Amino acid sequence: MKILEVKNLNVWDIHTGRIIVHNTSFKLEEGRCLAIVGESGSGKSVTCRAIMKLNKRSLQQTGEIFLKNEGLHQLSERQMRRKRGKHLYMILQNGMTAFDPSCVIKVHLQETLQTHFDWKEKEIEQKMIQAMESVNLKNAKELMHKYPHQLSGGMLQRIMIALALVLEPDVLIADEPTTALDTISQYEVVEQLMKIRQNMKSAIIFISHDLGIVQKIADEVLVMKDGEVVEQDDTQTIFVNPQHEYTKYLINTRRALSDNFKNVMRESLYC
Amino acid sequence: MGVFIVKRILITVPILLAVSFLTFVLISFSPMEPAEAILRAQEVPVITDELIEQTNEKLGLNKPFIIQYIDWLMDCLQLDFGDSYVKNESVWQLVGPSFFNTLKLTVVSSLVIILFSVLLGVICALQEGKIIDRILRTVLFVLTAVPTYWLGAILILFFSVKLDLLPTSGMSGMKSYILPVIATSLGYIGIYFRTIRSAMLNNLNEDYVIYGRSSGLSEKKITMHILRNSLQVSISIFCMSIPIILGGTVVVENVFAWPGIGSLSIEAILSRDFPVIQAYVLIVAVAFVIFNMISDILNAALNPRIRNDNS
Amino acid sequence: MKVVKNLYRDKLGRASFIFILLVMLLGVFAPFIAPHDPLAVDMKLRYAAPSWEYLLGNDHLGRDILSRMLYGIRPSILWVFVALILSVCIGAIMGFIAGYFRGNVDAIVMRICDVMLSFPIYVITIAIVAILGPGLGNILIAFILMKWAWFARIIRTSVMQYVELDYVKYARAIGRSHIHIIARHILPVTFSDIAVTASSSMGSMILQISGLSFLGLGIKAPNPEWGMMLSEAREVMFTRPELMIAPGVAIVIVVLAFNFLSDSLQVALNPQLRKPKNRSGLKPFKTVLNEKEVAK
Repeated sequence: MKILEVKNLNVWDIHTGRIIVHNTSFKLEEGRCLAIVGESGSGKSVTCRAIMKLNKRSLQQTGEIFLKNEGLHQLSERQMRRKRGKHLYMILQNGMTAFDPSCVIKVHLQETLQTHFDWKEKEIEQKMIQAMESVNLKNAKELMHKYPHQLSGGMLQRIMIALALVLEPDVLIADEPTTALDTISQYEVVEQLMKIRQNMKSAIIFISHDLGIVQKIADEVLVMKDGEVVEQDDTQTIFVNPQHEYTKYLINTRRALSDNFKNVMRESLYC
Repeated sequence: MGVFIVKRILITVPILLAVSFLTFVLISFSPMEPAEAILRAQEVPVITDELIEQTNEKLGLNKPFIIQYIDWLMDCLQLDFGDSYVKNESVWQLVGPSFFNTLKLTVVSSLVIILFSVLLGVICALQEGKIIDRILRTVLFVLTAVPTYWLGAILILFFSVKLDLLPTSGMSGMKSYILPVIATSLGYIGIYFRTIRSAMLNNLNEDYVIYGRSSGLSEKKITMHILRNSLQVSISIFCMSIPIILGGTVVVENVFAWPGIGSLSIEAILSRDFPVIQAYVLIVAVAFVIFNMISDILNAALNPRIRNDNS
Repeated sequence: MKVVKNLYRDKLGRASFIFILLVMLLGVFAPFIAPHDPLAVDMKLRYAAPSWEYLLGNDHLGRDILSRMLYGIRPSILWVFVALILSVCIGAIMGFIAGYFRGNVDAIVMRICDVMLSFPIYVITIAIVAILGPGLGNILIAFILMKWAWFARIIRTSVMQYVELDYVKYARAIGRSHIHIIARHILPVTFSDIAVTASSSMGSMILQISGLSFLGLGIKAPNPEWGMMLSEAREVMFTRPELMIAPGVAIVIVVLAFNFLSDSLQVALNPQLRKPKNRSGLKPFKTVLNEKEVAK
């Protein structure tokens, strides 16, 4: 079943007139994971924020966005707010700055869940603890009473994922969730995201420029360059048989890098 | 946090000592010999060397400099600043009440400043780029360039003379506060409101705001978070503004004939009443240092990073 | 030179700069421009309304207000400017010494600054005037004595930032002399910070010094100075309020021009401050640091 459809999305800056996203269209099926790849500045994040209608005021957008056949582009800000969190939920790149630095983590979790459900404080706490433990966070209760600066980026990233587990949104957007993390935390976060895919019906939009992770997690890949979609296909097809020059270039550079890495490793083994 | 407070207080002590020493030295540098100044101020007709010697003896002015300083400091700690050269009163009797009058004006003005800076700063940040924002910013920017004393005079002309609503001068009842407080506050509001507005705007584009929105929080809740983070600036402004205004009320007090420490100091300068000037400099400087210390500590208390990491 | 270009493109900044330059020139050439002797008393002309002969009218002693305004530029602006430059120079030297050499020198300089900054500017001025007696020179001395500490602190921070840069480390490593490094590598980059700080202080200094003249602690009568003129006008405020107009408006406009110039300078030096949202023509906000300075 089709869960999200974006038709002819255009985003531009009203001050400079620069077009940031040009005529982008794509579809997302229930439970599938779509990866959007491209260099920084190619319009990946802006596309996702356009879906949530969360771009800065200076950015204007046109085009149609359907969530479960409901036109988001026609909704007022008030109606849109009801969609956010419960139906559309976004995880940011930097966990360190994603939470209010002057409050403990719990404040955000509680405010969010109180907005969407009629749960009591105890109930919320219980569900959160459960969710946090399922993403491998120990001492969940204590963690909730910490300030963001007392936790690591990977932990905060997983707390955001845990919140997604409780919210069970239709579409989960992860905006470069692994970029700011070290390799071990990256692994943990990706693992949790994959788990979400298995346990929930949520569809995922995964923005990244790390093709290794994309290959592992995504069902489909959408390649963006300078605000335009240059190629869109199944992950397998894209990696095995890229059509567009730019996609080939992306995949080849990666291959060259990893080949080089393998060569170096092999040489060092022989020594 | 406790460590931070103790550290901050420990830094303050040597500064206070240095301030007091400098005050003492500064006044001792006066070209006129103190004994002569006293005798002149008391309008003794003929000043002989003998008379000067007697006075020196009486006031302990023959002792070594450093001993004089320590004696003076010990007296000051007990609020004994000596006697006025001019009036037959102790300096504290003169300076004490007027210091509190100044403090009252300062605290009321600071409250007004913080209230309006936050209010206008928040309004402008939320209405950024719109007509209200642009008008308020222009008006307040112009107000920062208006000399306090000129503004004070205009206020008196308009509200007291033309409309006959408020007293022109003096300190009698609530009404007499209005004009001096306005004259003191307007310029500062223009400055601090910009600080708060830009703090709000910086927060507006923070990740936590976007994440809050993407979690579906209401604008009201998000605004509360932004306010909470911008408020830190406001509180430090509040504490910072108290000492600055305290040191700058001289002009306003003069315009409105406010019986404060500023008016007293000008009078003392014109009559060369050194003990009063000395007490004025010392008291205001000490208050300045202490309020700055309080502002630092409050700031730290509001910032969870400092609050937690030092305890 | 890019800075000059940026500044030139900013209309308000350009207008402020030209205006300030013009006012300063008027002050310098006051004796040639002023239509009358600013000190010439003519009791027949007491409180005379503006006329072709006396464009701004006459004051309580029948002196020509326009001429007094023109001569007043000298103490009200030119001397303040000189005092500012002097204190910036002292501050820059101390700031460079502290920020570049660090260690004990830095600690001593900074402790001195701490103590200096513990006195509110009005208070120290009053103390100095009490010792040396009233007079514009004494007030300016007090300002130079106090203000350098503020500049030293800001310049030190700025210097410390640049000393850490790689090319400065490189210059040190290859054994360039300290003077060479400071003059060639650090001074040019810190200059922008110095210019912004100095220009943002000018407005508040004009206000403060005219305030002290207003209190009767500054320039001695009958010499013309704007704060002093306002003080004289206040005596007859209830009967002749119009005498307060010219000097008051002049101070407001000049201070505004300096504030605008300071903002434009800041944008010209850091073009990234010019965000789209500031296209409305209104100025962006200064950093918190600078605002504190304005208040002091």
